[in-house]
Amino acid sequence: MNCFSLDGVEVPFEDGETLLAAARRAGHDVPHLCWHPALGQSGACRVCTVRVSGRLASACTTRAAPGLVVENRTPVLDAKRRTLLQMLFVEGNHFCPGCEKSGDCLLQATAYDMGMTDPHFEEFYPARPVDASHPEVWLDLNRCILCKLCVRASHEVDRKDVFAIGGYGIGAHLIVNSPSGQLGDSTFAADDLAAQVCPVGAILPKRRGFVIPIGQRRFDPESDDAGR
Amino acid sequence: MSMVSTESAAGPGPDVVDDVLRRHGARREALVQILREVQSQTGWLRRELIVRIAAGVGLTPAIVEGVASFYRFLHLRAVGQVHFLWSDNVTDRMLGSRMHARELCRLLGVRRGPPAGEGALASVDFTSCIGLGDQGPALLVNHHQVLTRIDDLRVVEIADLVQARVPPADWPAEWQRVEPQVRRADVLLAAPPMQGQALEATIARGSEATLNELEASKLRGRGGAGFATATKWNLCLRAPPPPGQHRVVVCNADEGEPGTFKDRVLLMLQPDALIEGMTVAARLLDARRGFIYLRGEYRFLLESLQEVLARRRAAGLLGTRVRGIDGFDFDIAIHLGAGAYVCGEESALIESLEGKRGTPRIRPPFPVERGYLGAPTIVNNVETFCAAAHVAWRGGAAWAALGTAESSGTKLHSVSGDCERPGVYEYPFGVTIEQILQDCGAIGPARRAQAVQVGGPSGLCLAAHEFGRRIGFEDVPTAGAFMVFDQTRDMFETARSFAHFFAHESCGFCTPCRVGTELVVRRMDKLAAGHGSLFDEAELVELEALLHGTTHCGLGASATNPLRDTLLRFRPAYERRVQSPTFTPGFDLDAELEPARRVTGRDDPLAHLDREG
Repeated sequence: MNCFSLDGVEVPFEDGETLLAAARRAGHDVPHLCWHPALGQSGACRVCTVRVSGRLASACTTRAAPGLVVENRTPVLDAKRRTLLQMLFVEGNHFCPGCEKSGDCLLQATAYDMGMTDPHFEEFYPARPVDASHPEVWLDLNRCILCKLCVRASHEVDRKDVFAIGGYGIGAHLIVNSPSGQLGDSTFAADDLAAQVCPVGAILPKRRGFVIPIGQRRFDPESDDAGR
Repeated sequence: MSMVSTESAAGPGPDVVDDVLRRHGARREALVQILREVQSQTGWLRRELIVRIAAGVGLTPAIVEGVASFYRFLHLRAVGQVHFLWSDNVTDRMLGSRMHARELCRLLGVRRGPPAGEGALASVDFTSCIGLGDQGPALLVNHHQVLTRIDDLRVVEIADLVQARVPPADWPAEWQRVEPQVRRADVLLAAPPMQGQALEATIARGSEATLNELEASKLRGRGGAGFATATKWNLCLRAPPPPGQHRVVVCNADEGEPGTFKDRVLLMLQPDALIEGMTVAARLLDARRGFIYLRGEYRFLLESLQEVLARRRAAGLLGTRVRGIDGFDFDIAIHLGAGAYVCGEESALIESLEGKRGTPRIRPPFPVERGYLGAPTIVNNVETFCAAAHVAWRGGAAWAALGTAESSGTKLHSVSGDCERPGVYEYPFGVTIEQILQDCGAIGPARRAQAVQVGGPSGLCLAAHEFGRRIGFEDVPTAGAFMVFDQTRDMFETARSFAHFFAHESCGFCTPCRVGTELVVRRMDKLAAGHGSLFDEAELVELEALLHGTTHCGLGASATNPLRDTLLRFRPAYERRVQSPTFTPGFDLDAELEPARRVTGRDDPLAHLDREG
């Protein structure tokens, strides 16, 4: 089987597979936020940026090829990831201590993994709405990182196109497809894949606050799943 | 009376939508065209119109809203019946555009920027460079007409006509005059109109031999990257089209790089060469469909280009059975952009052609393998197609004999800024910066150029000691802009204006470009406001390093080029802004007290930090 090298370890891959997909299948972690095994590739968050035979590229969009030499968890690349994460933190409104997703949040966990201890940049504090109109699901756009996983899940799997992206530049934002623009007026359902894939706390089930106690969550150090 | 249409201000215009949908066969790929055409009659895109259009093309309203809100020229909130957009390139500002814009706002009694109140008479805003840097200050009216050479008197006259409710279509033609201003013509600009010569030569020589000529010409793409044209066309030729489809030929006339206007001049003076170049490409690639992606700012060229297309169809140079040859069917449609610099990137351009947001695609696959609707597609610059037509006509050797070893032929330069003779200059590659500066009158007794921005903000900023360098892929590559700054200009302000440009034009898709360009702007603005420290300068260097390499496309990767170049060459311009070499607070303490003053209803001296005791 064809292989590429990831931080010196040989990783087998199938034809057409991306670096990230192959690495994950082989049990290696490449930090990422906007990638999901069941959904099409995107390349938006850039947290999976690796060095491929000398050039920077996102692992989730780069096709694996035999003999590629891929650097992943180097201090230089982790520093870039840390800065990208800090950008995502200051761009939105992320208050981990009061967030129900804390401990289960990929943004938070990846930030810990990358050694991020502060936001570094000044907070933008954007004015973003919370949409509580849906009977079963919260939509808190303060936490949205524009990974588009919900957009892709709703389009590719749920076949509902509940979400779309609007605007441009720093004004890019998530749009809900409904007459009022509110989630409660849309065809969104709690068992949609789009309701399950949010890596942060932007889409959360209602009435299930802290069912799993802090300390036992997916990314908590004591948890069995810690470190994924 | 409404000045934009016959629709009443209150009428949502469902009939307009239905007419436009019918004209485009309600195809989803035509969405950007549909939105543009509806808006041109309704002024802006109300929710009901979005919903009706969405139903017509079979998309959700949210997706249509997402597309509409991506393009700067499409409005989801009301704009004035006359909507002014001032070209806001640094060269326009140097000609006084900002002052004139303020004056126009004052005369019309409006504040800059949308949204205007429903039914408002006028609105005024800024937009990225509109490609008239040699005859600015310039502005766009209702995304349709352009006004050039604005001065104090003209601003007053414009305001008078608006207030007298004279429709812009009836404004003096002289105000809308756009000059080609060709200052130096070489093989491309001096050529006789192309009326089939290149096609005749291609047919006589055969397709394979013509591709060989193109290879021998060593022609490289004129959009900036300099990819070998013959290689691109060969790659496309080797990619099999999906069943039932044919290869596609696209001309990138989305000349958005600030300070560039040479394609506008080619579109005005040599449209036949462009179209013939595309037709030659279609012959070699067995393409049936062609598109000219014309930037929205060049809407005023649409009718003349359509006339050329019609004339060529009538002459048997385009359409079915070109030159009477069975199976040689090729026609070209013009697609109008709607204000998005990133659509100059070829895969974003194709997304836009397909009626989507102009987000660059993941590559590979490259457009030559899978482009427009999945078909192998070549995307070439206006100047590249003109040059390709020339090569097909005269042969590759003649082209290769011009220029330098790595950079064959001639290159058009859009010269603007501090010089006596702005306009378009065509030189063989290898010309020195010094030569161009002398020819355009940028060096004289009263003038001394201190810097030239070659290739626009994405290109290179060169200082006086580098004026001996030569234009060419070996040394100073260029996409065609040549902006001159004399000794009175502040190069920090130049870089700051370009930083704002990139932040405004970021598509918002990837983190480093979306947030990084905004962080650069905030730091530059902080320095400009006198609150910057050496720390901020170091931060800018760090951001510059991150944006090179981690972004999804070239826009983000080159967004900090002006910063990098000016930091390297004009460091004193930055150091002047650093008040304290050690540290200055990043905020204005007194301004921070404003909310407290508002809440307490106080505005006395003691409520102000700087007026204390």
